[in-house]
Amino acid sequence: MTPVFVSISLIALFSAMAVYTLAFIAYTLDLAKRSAPTRVAEAAVTQHRGQATALLERIAADAPVTGRSRELKVAFALTVIGWGLHVAAALFRGLAAGRVPWANMFEFSLTATAIIVGVFVFVQFWQDLRFLGAYVVAFALILLGVATVNFYVDVIPLPDALQSAWLVIHVFVATLGTAFFSLGAGLSIVQLLQARREAGRSAPRFLATLPSAEVLENLAYRLILVGFVFWTFTLIAGAIWAERAWGRYWGWDTKEVWTFIIWTIFAGYIHARATRGWRGSRSAWLAIVGFSAVMFNFTIVNLFFKGLHAYSGL
Amino acid sequence: MSSQRPSSARPSDHIDSEQPDPSIAQPKLGLSGYLRFFWRQLTSMRTALFLLLLLAFAAIPGSIVPQRSSDPNGVVLFRRNNPDLYPVLDGLKVFDTYTSPWFSAIYLLLFISLIGCVIPRARHHYLALRARPPRTPARLERLPGFSSADTAADAATVVDTAREVLRAQGYRTEVYGDSVSAERGYLRETGNLVFHTALIGVLVSVGIGGGFGYTGQRVVVEGQRFVNVLGDYDSFNPGRFFSGEALEPFRISLDSFDVDYETEVPEAFGMARNFRANVTTTEPGADPTTAQVKVNSPLDIGGTQVYLLGNGYAPTITVRNPEGDIVWTDSVPFLPQDASLTSVGVIKIPDGLSEQLGIAGFFYPTVAQLESGALVSRYPDLVDPLLTLRVYTGDLGLDEGVPRSVYVLAVDELTPIAGGGADEPALQLGIGDKVDLPNGLGTIELDGVKRFASFDIHHDPSQVWVFLFAVLVVLGLLTSLFIPRRRVWVKAVRSGDGWRIEYAALARGEDPGLERAVEELAQKHAAAIALRLNP
Repeated sequence: MTPVFVSISLIALFSAMAVYTLAFIAYTLDLAKRSAPTRVAEAAVTQHRGQATALLERIAADAPVTGRSRELKVAFALTVIGWGLHVAAALFRGLAAGRVPWANMFEFSLTATAIIVGVFVFVQFWQDLRFLGAYVVAFALILLGVATVNFYVDVIPLPDALQSAWLVIHVFVATLGTAFFSLGAGLSIVQLLQARREAGRSAPRFLATLPSAEVLENLAYRLILVGFVFWTFTLIAGAIWAERAWGRYWGWDTKEVWTFIIWTIFAGYIHARATRGWRGSRSAWLAIVGFSAVMFNFTIVNLFFKGLHAYSGL
Repeated sequence: MSSQRPSSARPSDHIDSEQPDPSIAQPKLGLSGYLRFFWRQLTSMRTALFLLLLLAFAAIPGSIVPQRSSDPNGVVLFRRNNPDLYPVLDGLKVFDTYTSPWFSAIYLLLFISLIGCVIPRARHHYLALRARPPRTPARLERLPGFSSADTAADAATVVDTAREVLRAQGYRTEVYGDSVSAERGYLRETGNLVFHTALIGVLVSVGIGGGFGYTGQRVVVEGQRFVNVLGDYDSFNPGRFFSGEALEPFRISLDSFDVDYETEVPEAFGMARNFRANVTTTEPGADPTTAQVKVNSPLDIGGTQVYLLGNGYAPTITVRNPEGDIVWTDSVPFLPQDASLTSVGVIKIPDGLSEQLGIAGFFYPTVAQLESGALVSRYPDLVDPLLTLRVYTGDLGLDEGVPRSVYVLAVDELTPIAGGGADEPALQLGIGDKVDLPNGLGTIELDGVKRFASFDIHHDPSQVWVFLFAVLVVLGLLTSLFIPRRRVWVKAVRSGDGWRIEYAALARGEDPGLERAVEELAQKHAAAIALRLNP
């Protein structure tokens, strides 16, 4: 059965990527529409007429909640369909291997992106963050592209070192944390752009239809908090596993070092939020630096740094 | 000095502290004034933030440059490849980043800053836990979540029902005249303090507790045993406060060592899996018990963990003199060099023959010949084993009292008599083969091939403490981040003939749900009043 499952998994994956591509186009069209003249006129009024500012700002900020463009609806529907295929790809990969589908770089990328898109889809029940769609889908597409072209390896049995319940827990929670950090970083990027616009400097026009920088910052903060809790748990679960597998719970292995660095950066982010003079754009930069460190840890450290976490399969 | 005391004993630059009035001129500071100034600087939020980011930054070099603690061979290699850069980096302690003075300085300062922050907050929190909710502010309109509603009830009913509703929601309440002042979420600050204190606990456990432990390594061949005494280790690293009494008396015999080889999946053909060392353990006053040591599944014995970290082959070799008497016999662990377990080993025979004999051997579990003529192993299991031996004579240097590695033969000081440039080729032996040594020295025989396991034996009494503090870290983090702390006020105000109810709240720390919470409270309160008026 293994070769059949592997084929199903790959077909599902390529279909998911095709659907994501369409979704990305639709998200971009939506953003383009938000930049269209009617909105621009509104934004222009906002900037030039002192008295009317507050009222118009409010309308603009509420816009995404009340009126969702057809493009955005299509884009989100496509995202959900693509995600279904994506999850199927991960499931069949797991069935083919007879274990969790995250034991080498290809599988990490496959499952991690599925979890990132999944968190994005489910987060909509809590807050409407559909405007991040282009960012999330593009991110997933790039990672999946690199994974299929550069990281692909055949299904092989698990080496002894990975045969542990902690593979399921430690890696899954780390990926979940990564998903929340990625959304937080996306919001922080939009927040920085929005802050530019609010300061009267040039910025993409569609920002006028998005929430204010302060609202974006609060949302980013809450997502990153969840990510931070997951990351803390990852760190501890990893230490417990390291104790079982390598005979010490902490040994400053390269991957351990970077997990620690990321934890410290986000601890800094949380403190920055509570420090006068650091709330706002400065803490947003920390969120972006933190997520960059996560990606660095996932790609560069996995592939080029020497260490005990040598499970890329490459 | 400004006598203004932050309301929550937080650092003065905390976002919830009152902003200091910039118009107040600082008086000239004396020595104690300066000390206090520096202390306040060190325990400020900005310093904590700076130290956190600096710590993250300072940890980076240790991931780029090999570390002595985790990769000593990498350091040796680095030295060979970068002879100019090495002394500079070594002077900066980059090869010991995480024990270096500069890295230690950062985290120690961070923890001093943390302690300086935690102690006053703990004191303040202790008092707050015993204090009553504060007096209701005179004007609620300016506070967040302010709303008001006319009511048919009188002030006493309003206050009484508000108190009931708030108590049911876990608030502490206090009645001041026609108003209720309520506060909840003390656990948030408790969690925050637990989180930070537990971090200190982790650091102290690692720093002090780790010193009482030890780690040691030992290679055990099938049929041999290991006794947990200092002299029986191949290598041993005691902690700073280690004493010999910490060695629990136990004995481990390796009965057999098993491996499975992948034969079904072509991409992974020959991959070794399911390493298992079957052992018999004996503790004083107990019957011997059997156990299995596997990767990811160490053996717990006498408060000590035994890990399976390596394995390989140990050919059993017998050497006889020309008369046929055994002068030497042993199973010698050969160190694996690749995935197919091509292994190298050394045999030293100082006595019993007419000359001292040094033998450097290669062992191929499944031998194959490359086009160049060189031998390799192409499969890790014992399918077609071959042992090749280069034999040397000369002074092995064992009588000088200088310690020599059992795995290294100094061939430069010896004369080859078979292989390694000698007239005779290297000796080749299959299992059961017996060949003559050159120069009529005697014979050598490969009796069989056993497996060996290399065990890591660890004892770390601080481990359990680190774990407990880590659990507290998570619990503290969860409560400090997700339990909202807020004050709520409900006030009955005269309005014409009747009464009007005013609601307001104040967040203490991050509280995105504050306004919704006040709305819900107002609804529940209205329902409670309605129930009271029309039972």
